[in-house]
Amino acid sequence: MLLFSVQPHQPLDTLPDTASTHPGAMVHAFLIHTLRAPNTEDTGLCRVLYSCVFGAEKSPDDPRPHGAERDRLLRKEQILAVARQVESMCRLQQQASGRPPMDLQPQSSDEQVPLHEAPRGAFRLAAENPFQEPRTVVWLGVFSLGFALVLDAHENLLLAEGTLRLLARLLLDHLRLLAPGTNLLLRADRIEGILTRFLPHGQLLFLNDQFVQGLEKELSAAWPR
Amino acid sequence: MFSAGAESLLHQAREIQDEELKKFCSRISKLLQAEDLGPDTLDSLQRLFLIISATKYNRRLEKTCVDLLQATLGMAACPEQLQVLCAAILREMSPSDSLSLVWDHTQNSRQLSLVASVLLAQGDRNEEVSAVGQGVLRALESRQPEGPSLRYLLPIMAKVVVLSPGTLQEDQATLLSKRLVDWLRYASLQQGLPHSSSFFSTPRARQPGPITEVDGAVATDFFTVLSTGHRFTEDQWLNVQAFSMLRAWLLHSGPEGLGILDTDDRSEQEGSTLSVISATSSSAGRLLPPRERLREVAFEYCQRLIEQSNRRALRKGDSDLQKACLVEAVLVLDVLCRQDPSFLYRSLSCLKTLHGRVRGDPASVRVLLPLARFFLSHGEAAAVDSEAVYQHLFTRIPLEQFHSPMLAFEFVQFCRDNLHLFGGHLGTLRLSFPNLFKFLAWNSPPLTSEFVALLPALVDAGTALEMLHALLDLPCLTAVLDLQLRSLPASSERPLWDTSLRAPSCLEAFRDPKFQGLFQYLLRPKASGATERLVPLYQLLQPMAGCARVAQCAEAVPTLLQTFFSAVTQVADGALINQLALLLLGRSDSLYPAPGYAARVHSVLSSQFLALCTLKPSLVVELARDLLEFLGSVNGLRSRASLVTSVVWAVGEYLSVAYDRRCTVEQINKFFEALEALLFEVTQCRPSAALPRCPPKVVTALMTTLTKLASRSQDLIPRASLLLSKMRTLTQSPATSSMHSKEGAEAICTRATELLTLLKMPSVAQFVLTPSTEVCSPRYHRDVNTALPLALRTVSRLVEREAGLLPG
Repeated sequence: MLLFSVQPHQPLDTLPDTASTHPGAMVHAFLIHTLRAPNTEDTGLCRVLYSCVFGAEKSPDDPRPHGAERDRLLRKEQILAVARQVESMCRLQQQASGRPPMDLQPQSSDEQVPLHEAPRGAFRLAAENPFQEPRTVVWLGVFSLGFALVLDAHENLLLAEGTLRLLARLLLDHLRLLAPGTNLLLRADRIEGILTRFLPHGQLLFLNDQFVQGLEKELSAAWPR
Repeated sequence: MFSAGAESLLHQAREIQDEELKKFCSRISKLLQAEDLGPDTLDSLQRLFLIISATKYNRRLEKTCVDLLQATLGMAACPEQLQVLCAAILREMSPSDSLSLVWDHTQNSRQLSLVASVLLAQGDRNEEVSAVGQGVLRALESRQPEGPSLRYLLPIMAKVVVLSPGTLQEDQATLLSKRLVDWLRYASLQQGLPHSSSFFSTPRARQPGPITEVDGAVATDFFTVLSTGHRFTEDQWLNVQAFSMLRAWLLHSGPEGLGILDTDDRSEQEGSTLSVISATSSSAGRLLPPRERLREVAFEYCQRLIEQSNRRALRKGDSDLQKACLVEAVLVLDVLCRQDPSFLYRSLSCLKTLHGRVRGDPASVRVLLPLARFFLSHGEAAAVDSEAVYQHLFTRIPLEQFHSPMLAFEFVQFCRDNLHLFGGHLGTLRLSFPNLFKFLAWNSPPLTSEFVALLPALVDAGTALEMLHALLDLPCLTAVLDLQLRSLPASSERPLWDTSLRAPSCLEAFRDPKFQGLFQYLLRPKASGATERLVPLYQLLQPMAGCARVAQCAEAVPTLLQTFFSAVTQVADGALINQLALLLLGRSDSLYPAPGYAARVHSVLSSQFLALCTLKPSLVVELARDLLEFLGSVNGLRSRASLVTSVVWAVGEYLSVAYDRRCTVEQINKFFEALEALLFEVTQCRPSAALPRCPPKVVTALMTTLTKLASRSQDLIPRASLLLSKMRTLTQSPATSSMHSKEGAEAICTRATELLTLLKMPSVAQFVLTPSTEVCSPRYHRDVNTALPLALRTVSRLVEREAGLLPG
């Protein structure tokens, strides 16, 4: 795909105008995964704890049997590939900033998580690697959990960053993710409830504070804490 | 938190057997059949979701169970918890062939939204996307107040348009544009009513108040996403959704999006910007066709957002939203101006004012990028000199904000994506590479691939040498940026740096006026045309060479060097190639001492040196003096073995009249002497623990090159033969056996024997060791009567016979 691989010394005026041809500006997927402690010989693998793909990329025309199964396998692999990359980006950033590995554990569950200071970043995924279209990943690391949005290449990054922070805050609050012994694996309904309101079908919303509060009230009514 | 308990739960979910799952599903089926919507069902569905989502392999569910999940999703009385789980399970199974879910407009809009989420996950195998799109459109068409709430359906439309752009007919697109206009421009200015008014609430309390601005003032104009209140009406919700999808829809429904040409004659409009402005002033606006009307409304909306962003927000969240709205407003205006140039004139003054406002505000720095893009796209058409915009962007921002990972990514992405727009301003971008490299030096893991794409466009013959120096000094720049952050007064926004690292001597040096020049040179914002020797800094900053950020950057440099060289060789003339070769040799022993850095860089430099020689073989003759000097000064050979080998090989290959008529016997003799001395040095020196062994590759390369030179200046043959037989004896003597491994010694011995044999027949030697350029043509290899195959056969026979006579 020519769109994002600028060939050396291609005459500049022949480059495609990426913005006018881009398909759209939405979120392709949201995922929550584990972050292993840096600098430790941690056992285990990077685990995707939850993922939601908003509208699948068009399936390839594949006449072989079990096409659907292969398609699903591919989607799961794509998400895992994103999780692994986020984990390594987060680890590298933590190492570079000299954060001790114990930072991965909250001091106490009641503590307000300073999401503005949490490790965060963005990186690009080239077309066909792993998604058909080029994508941008925005991620946020909160203790041992990684939250990531996979975006269409030209989404409003500032809005995406704010939305990701909001989602992380809501998930931490409404699922009490930092309390010892809580487990998000069996609480997918709450996660779904949050996503359908705050990121409906992968649409980033311009929500001011009062809209957020309104939606949160609605959420608390459907899922009493 | 993710704990051992969770890990084991995940394992259980993955390892559950088909039989168990079957039993579990039939239990769920029973619950759902009985329409038991209580906590048992909830718990079971949560588990089922985990079982299905935890593995990448397909789970087979009984058809009854799948059907019941679909039925429950459509059940009006079903609580939301269960509905979202049913939808999530079906979505996680997709794509699936056993799905029978359809769009049923009698369902409520929340259910329809969930159904859509499942259908859109099917990968559009059976045109599900278009079916969903048509369903939403039908809901849009029926304006009945009791119809499904569009608030839940509008985002589906946005997704449908992205997934399958051709799905809407022209009249449907018109309808959506019309509705968007209504929601964007005419949402009510009163707050929404409380959902249920209690018996005791007074009528006064039920009176909804007016909408306010983010600073608390009563709204002065139409409702936008930056208007606020305690409760919102349906049309206010739709206003938020409409703006959120506006840009995607404008792009889609624009002239190029639908593949339909606008009926208006654009070329005429482009010619007379001013006359169009009067025609599209808002009083006439209502008479415009829907698509134009939407653009007009979008324009007004963006202007209002820009105005509203000037207000001082009472809440932190709203202040963040103001910035995101500014970014979006500029992006939307950019789309509008591209679709209809008549907006250009009206946007410019407002955006210029905006630029003036945000350029001094570090909190709004992210708005500068879309603004710069706007001026890049339209500056020329509007005859505005936007050089000042880029100057500010490229000079100040990287210098002050290099440590922000998000800005760094967005900045570099901006450069990369808009290269085609830079045109006359490409010079500004290219000269700014020292500043752009700051982003890279600080955030190398996510930015390396971005720079691999960007670098070729930055490479310019005029700055190539300075850029190569800068790339080699990148890890040193990382260290200096770290010091710069440490020496700044503590700011509210703490950049992430390694606080565990203490390097007081480095900080002292950073503040020492004696070194200011060097530090300032490294931190320069623009290419200066000069180069400074930074060796004193490498020593001063040695304590920081081991820190993680420097190490990460050092790992990125070899890849970037490769990219640089493949780009620079496309633009370099002969003189520049010579200079690059010299620079490469000169820098090989002056690098920042990050662990492992020198070795990785040398391996790139040595292959690139050969590439330069292949490109311009005469550089060996032209740079003979410098190469001799380099070979004469390789006391640090062992750390630069790969580069020395390349140079030695290049001398043997290209120091010949065949490549450059200027090559003299005198030059050949001089190189012979230098290489002879070098061979002597590397073979005689006693191995010690401190120095690694000299690789046998260096020795064989030296021997081969000496033989090649001898074959070209035949007076040297006796000396070369003597040297080679000495080498053969040397490798067999037990005294030097510790110098090379057994395989190494054998390789040296074999090569020496082969070369000796060749030298016995000088004309064959010359033919084999300095083949004419014709050997590249296929005929030379295919035709048995031409000289090369014949000669090779002769030579191998000779060599084999001689080797057979060797003892041992």
